[in-house]
Amino acid sequence: MKRFYRALLHLYPRGFRAEYGPELCATFEERARELSGPLAPLYLALLAVGDVVPNALAVHWDTLRQDVRFAARSLRRTPGFAVTAVLLVALGVGANTAAFSLADFVLLRPLPFPEPDRIVRLWQTPAGFRNELSPANYRDWKAMTRSVETMGAYTARSMNLVGAVEPRRLETVTMTPEVLRILGARARAGRVFTPADSTDGRVIVLSDALWQSQFGGDPRVIGSVVRLDGAPFTVIGVMPPSFRFPNRQTEAWTPLFFHESDFVDRTDTYLEAIARLKDGVSLEQAQRDFASAAAELERRYPREDKETGALVVGLRDDLSVRSRLLVLALGGAALCILLLACANLASLLLARAAHRAHELAVRAALGAGRERLVRQLITESVALAVVGGAAGIAVAVAGVPLLARLVPNTLPTAAQPTVDARVLLAAALLVAITGLAFGVAPAIGAGRSSALDALREGTRAAGGRTRRLRAVLVILEVAASVVLLISSGLLLRAALRIQGTDPGFRADGVLTVQTALPFSKYAITARREQFYDHVLRDVRALPGVRDAAYVTGLPMRMRGGIWPVTIGGGEEVVADPTNSVSLRFATPRFFATLGIPLREGRDISRTDRRESPLVAVVSESFAKRHWPGQSGIGKRFTIASGEREIVGVVGDIRVRGLERPSEPQVYLPSSQMPDSSYFAYPPKELVVRSASSAAALLPAIRRIVRTADPEQPISDVREMTAIVSDETASRVTQLRLLGALSAIALLIAGVGIHGLLGFTVSRRAREIGVRLALGERAGSVVRRVLREGLSLAFAGVAVGIVIAYAAAHAMAALLAGIRPDDPATIGVAAALCIVTALIGCAHPAVRAARVDPVTALRAE
Amino acid sequence: MSQDRAAIEALLPLPPATFHILLALVDQERHGYAIIQDVEARTDGALRLSAGTLYRSIARMVEQGLIREVTKRPRSVLDDERRRYYRVTPFGLDVARAEMRRLTDLVRLARARGLTPETA
Repeated sequence: MKRFYRALLHLYPRGFRAEYGPELCATFEERARELSGPLAPLYLALLAVGDVVPNALAVHWDTLRQDVRFAARSLRRTPGFAVTAVLLVALGVGANTAAFSLADFVLLRPLPFPEPDRIVRLWQTPAGFRNELSPANYRDWKAMTRSVETMGAYTARSMNLVGAVEPRRLETVTMTPEVLRILGARARAGRVFTPADSTDGRVIVLSDALWQSQFGGDPRVIGSVVRLDGAPFTVIGVMPPSFRFPNRQTEAWTPLFFHESDFVDRTDTYLEAIARLKDGVSLEQAQRDFASAAAELERRYPREDKETGALVVGLRDDLSVRSRLLVLALGGAALCILLLACANLASLLLARAAHRAHELAVRAALGAGRERLVRQLITESVALAVVGGAAGIAVAVAGVPLLARLVPNTLPTAAQPTVDARVLLAAALLVAITGLAFGVAPAIGAGRSSALDALREGTRAAGGRTRRLRAVLVILEVAASVVLLISSGLLLRAALRIQGTDPGFRADGVLTVQTALPFSKYAITARREQFYDHVLRDVRALPGVRDAAYVTGLPMRMRGGIWPVTIGGGEEVVADPTNSVSLRFATPRFFATLGIPLREGRDISRTDRRESPLVAVVSESFAKRHWPGQSGIGKRFTIASGEREIVGVVGDIRVRGLERPSEPQVYLPSSQMPDSSYFAYPPKELVVRSASSAAALLPAIRRIVRTADPEQPISDVREMTAIVSDETASRVTQLRLLGALSAIALLIAGVGIHGLLGFTVSRRAREIGVRLALGERAGSVVRRVLREGLSLAFAGVAVGIVIAYAAAHAMAALLAGIRPDDPATIGVAAALCIVTALIGCAHPAVRAARVDPVTALRAE
Repeated sequence: MSQDRAAIEALLPLPPATFHILLALVDQERHGYAIIQDVEARTDGALRLSAGTLYRSIARMVEQGLIREVTKRPRSVLDDERRRYYRVTPFGLDVARAEMRRLTDLVRLARARGLTPETA
C-alpha cells in the first residue's frame, strides 16, 4: 500500500514531491494505522487516489500560475526582446496559418458533397491528352462499365435570360439528371431534375445567387416561366448557396438530353462527365474498368477512337498541376519563414540564457531545482509562443481573404477559404511546436550548465557551446532566406517571361462587349448579319472609335472551338493534333481591330456572301504546316464539311493563353455561315478599338445595341488588356506574397547575424581588449569579425542553393522554361544575402574596434 | 503599513483550509499530521484535512509568507525524522486576524438583520 501511495505521488511536480513527499508518506502511514478491518486496504486506496489526483492537479496549476507570473515579470523587464519574439512568432504562425487555410481549402478539405471520395471525374485520353467525352462514347461507357453506380454528363452553355429584372447573360450548365444524384444535391426550394425532365428539357434550376440577385429571393418564382434565348423555361427549383457546380461561376442549371443525331459524330467531344463509384470499388478498379471499355471502343471505332484511353480521377484531385503548385509553393515559403522565425528565436533565447546564466545560477544556489528552472524557461517560451500565436492568428484572419484570388475557379464550391476550427487547431499545433522548437534547446542548455560553472564569472565554456549552436542557427536562417529568394526570383523571371510573351495581337485600347444572340431568334444568318451591320456601323461612327468588329470568341477566353481540317477534299475527318485548328467566324476588320498583322492576301470582306465562293483567312502556322515554303493564298482545304479557299494569311495569336501552345487559327466570314447551324459559333463578341475610355464608350454602345434589338442584353464588358493580364493574375498575387516573405526572411537573417556577432563581441570584449592593448590594429579586429560573419553567410548560401535547386525542380511546371539553376537568379539571391550579412556585421565590427582595453580588462 | 494592508487584503477571504491551519499554528509549532489532528479535534471531526490538501496549502502558505518551517526541532523522543514543523509568521497572524474581523463583521451584519443560527 505504501508503494502504491509513493507511486501515486509521482503525479506531483518533482519539486513538490522532493519537498513534501516524505511527509505525505508519513501522514498517510499514520492514517493507515488508524484504520483496520477487511475493507481497510480498499478504502485506503480510494482515499489515496481521491486525495492525490485533484491535489496534484491543483499544485501543477499553482506552479503554472507562478511561472506565468514570473515569466510575465521577466519579459516585462526586457520589452525589446519580448516584442521581437512575439513579432517573430506572429509572423511565422500567421504566414503558416494563412497558407494552411488556403492549402486546406484548395487541396485537402473534402468537397461539399456526401461521400465525396466516391465521386470521380471521367476523361477520354486521345494520345495522352485529356479530353471531354463525345456523347457517343459517354453513352457506350455508361453501358459498358460496371464499377460505378451512376454516371452523368454536363456541359456549360451561356444563355440570354429575359423575364427577370433586366435582360442578362446567364452562365448555365446543362446536365443529365444523374449529375445531381451523384453529387447528392437537393434543392433549397422546389425540386431538382428528374429523368422525366430530360425528355423536353424546358425547365431550369436557379442558383441561390441568381435567385437573390435577379428574383429578389421571391419563393413564388418556382413555377414561373423565364425566357432563355427566346424559349420558355419553367423554374422548378432553387439550389442552396453552397451548391456551385461545376465551378464558381455557374448560375443556373437546365437538363441535358440527347437526340439520335448527337451520337453520330464520335469525335465531337464536349461532355464533361462524372460518376459515383460503387461502394467498395477503388479508383484503380474503376480505372481498369473504364480503360477496358475504352479499349473495346477503340477496336470498334479504330479511326474515331484512335489511341483513346480513359482516365478516372477523384473529383478532389481534378485540379491542374499549376493550381496545386501555386498553393504548395506558398506553403513551402510559409514554412521557410516559420523555420527562420524559430531559428532566430532559439538564437535569441540562447543569448538570453547566456546573459541570465548568473541569475539562474543564483536561483539554483538558493534551492530552485534544475527541473524548476527548466520549467520556468519553457514557460517563458510557451508564453511568448502563445501571445505571438494569438497575434499570428489575427494576422491570418486578416490575410486569408487576400488569398482568395489564389483559389482556382474550377473548385466546385461557393465558399471562400476562412480561418475555421480546423485551421485554428492546426495553428494551435503550430504554436505548440514552435514554442517547443525554440524553447527546449536553450532550456536544456540552461539545465545542463552547472550552477557552479556559471557562478564563476568569466567562464566561457557555456558561452562557447551556445555560440556554436547559434552559428548553426544563423547558417540555417541564411539558407532559408536563400531558398526563398531564389524561388521567388525564378518565379519572377517566369512571370516576366510570360508577361513578355507576344500574344500576337495588340490588347491596349481594345474594349470587348458580349452580345450573344439567342439562337431561336437569330437562326437565320442574314438576320444576324443585319444586327452586326447595324451595331458595327453605329459604333464605328462614335467619336474616338478607330475600328470595330464581331468575332465568335476572344483569344484567351474562348479556348475551345477546335475543328479538324482535311486538305484536298475527301472523306470524314477525325481531329488529332496534326490537323486541328481553332475555328472562329468573324466580320470584316476583325484583324485590324485587334491589331493582328495581315501577312498576305486580303481581309474578310463584305463581298464574301453566301452565294459567293467560300473563303477563309488562316494564320501563318496553318499555311506553314500544310504548304511549307509556299504561299497559302489560293490553296484549298475542307473544314466543317465545306471546302474553302484561302484568301488571306494573318499572324498567329495565343488563343489558349500565354502559357500554352495554341492550334493554328482559321477564320471564316460570319456571313458565310449556313443557317441554323454551328450552335456555339455565331459571333457574339464585339471588339472595339478606340482612343476613348471604356467608361465613356459603354453608354453609347448600350444605346446602339438597344436600338438594334431592345431585348438583347450586353454582358462581359472587359478591356482586352485585363483579359491578357488575367493570364498572370494568380502568378502576380503569388509573387507579391513570396516577395514579401523573402524580404522578411532576409531581414530576419540579417538580424540573426547581427545578434550573433554582437553576442560574440561582447563575450570576447576582454580578449579583444587584450589584443588591442598588445598592439593589434583595430582594422584587423574588424576584419576578424567580418570574416566570422561572412563565413557563416557563405555556408548558409551554399546550403540554401542546394535546397533551392531541389525546390525549383519540384516546381518546374511553374517556371515557364526558366532553368532551375538559372545563374542570374542564383547570383542575385546570393549577393543579396551576402550584402545583408555585411550590413548585419557592420555594427558589431565597429563595436569590436572601439573596445576600450582599459574598461574591458577592468571587468576581470 | 498601507502596503501591508494591501498585501493582507489581497489574500482575503482565506480558503477554509488555510484559516484552519493558521489557527492550528497560533499557539504552538506543529508538524503536518498534528495539524490534521488539531483541526479535526477543534471541529469535532467535521473537517478532516487530507494529506494532499494539507501539504498543498502548506506549500502555498510558505510561498505567501503566512507560515514558515522551523529548523529547530522540538526535543521529543517520539519525533519522526521525516517530520517538519511549521510556525505562523507575524504576517500570518495579521492575516488570520483580518480574516477573523471579516467573519465577525459578516456575522454582525447577519444578526442585525435578525438572522440567528438556530433553526426555527
